[in-house]
Amino acid sequence: MGFLKVNNVKISGIVSAVPENIVKNRELDLFANEQEAEKFISVTGIAEKRHVSPDQCTSDLCYSAAEELITKLNWNKEDIEVLVMVTQTPDYVVPNTSIILQDRLGLPKSCVCFDVPLGCSGYVYGLSIISQFLQNGGFKKGLLLVGDTLSKQCSTLDKSTYPLFGDAGCATALEYHEGSEMLYNLWSDGSGYSSIIVPDGGYRNPLTEKSLVREADAEGNTRSKINTYMNGTEVFSFGISEVPKEIKKFVAHFDLDMSKIDFTFFHQANKFMNEMIRKKVGLTKEQVPYSLDRFGNTSSATVPVTIATLGDSIKNTEVLMCGFGVGLSIGILKTTIEEDFVNILLEV
Amino acid sequence: MEDFLDGFVEILEDTERSALTPETAFKDLDEWDSMTALMLIAMFDEKYDKKITGNDIKQANTLNDLFEIASK
Repeated sequence: MGFLKVNNVKISGIVSAVPENIVKNRELDLFANEQEAEKFISVTGIAEKRHVSPDQCTSDLCYSAAEELITKLNWNKEDIEVLVMVTQTPDYVVPNTSIILQDRLGLPKSCVCFDVPLGCSGYVYGLSIISQFLQNGGFKKGLLLVGDTLSKQCSTLDKSTYPLFGDAGCATALEYHEGSEMLYNLWSDGSGYSSIIVPDGGYRNPLTEKSLVREADAEGNTRSKINTYMNGTEVFSFGISEVPKEIKKFVAHFDLDMSKIDFTFFHQANKFMNEMIRKKVGLTKEQVPYSLDRFGNTSSATVPVTIATLGDSIKNTEVLMCGFGVGLSIGILKTTIEEDFVNILLEV
Repeated sequence: MEDFLDGFVEILEDTERSALTPETAFKDLDEWDSMTALMLIAMFDEKYDKKITGNDIKQANTLNDLFEIASK
């Protein structure tokens, strides 16, 4: 476990952008019958999600979110000194999407830009990186962009991924603010790297014609080697055991009182799994909002998307955020949301 | 074992308790699917405080095989 305490940085606002196009799991041909679809929805909690159009990228969602956020906060673009983009669906393999967005958003060339290719845990990691750039007051303002368009990475014939994942892109503003505090617990376990993987297209297994061939697995799910593969049972077993353990260690390390946490935002993986985690760490239903029924699993964007669904009720609250998944990786954060927080859910 | 079968029938919807025996090949049940597998992992965690992996489930054939993992 990696505990970190970052002082004098606050989150000033979040704009979460989702595509307009709604995909309903009940209407997918993927399920053999209505009963199978209903069982899937009742266990995962995911009834529908949003998908981008073929020419829309994660960066486009993040761009719209960032423009809206900068406007609503009345920020001067010249003041943004660091931009980090967390995504596994970049515009190009090379170069980093964050640098392309620096120019597109009209940010200064002095702005530090780089990508972080994490998934489900990535939001908290992005916050940990930017907050450490800002904590000494050398840099005053930073922008975190997170999101994925996994509808493009999953096979339409794979029940273990396609109905779960949705698309979203979010922008989060962080700034130097004396007295604010961000507490982290960051955790990695590479022994589970193959539990969620796109096997081909990197340099371990370079892209070949064979990478594109869709093959059926033992469960009857069909996918190619450039599609996301997920071993749902392994991920589930990791989620219900390691996530509660790391939250408990975090709470003990920083001597937190869970009853004083207004909201805990979990990565929106699967309702059944999330509810088990919630009960294990002793949180009430009221403390744990969900957005997966409407937006599914949007990878690194699930935490900010869920926050965005709360509107103004997030103001003046103590919050916990917890992302977990691909890696395997866990990121946990505790911070305070202030009165002037900007919180917007945007359809693009 | 009977207690284990009582627990197992609870994660199912359409199967009668009387249809389950230690020899039942659980993956041949009509309603067995990846969602049922998740509920089985949850049952091991909650009732037996045991971590069962996807591979354990893959290798097990009968309910007795599962019971043996739970009783280890």
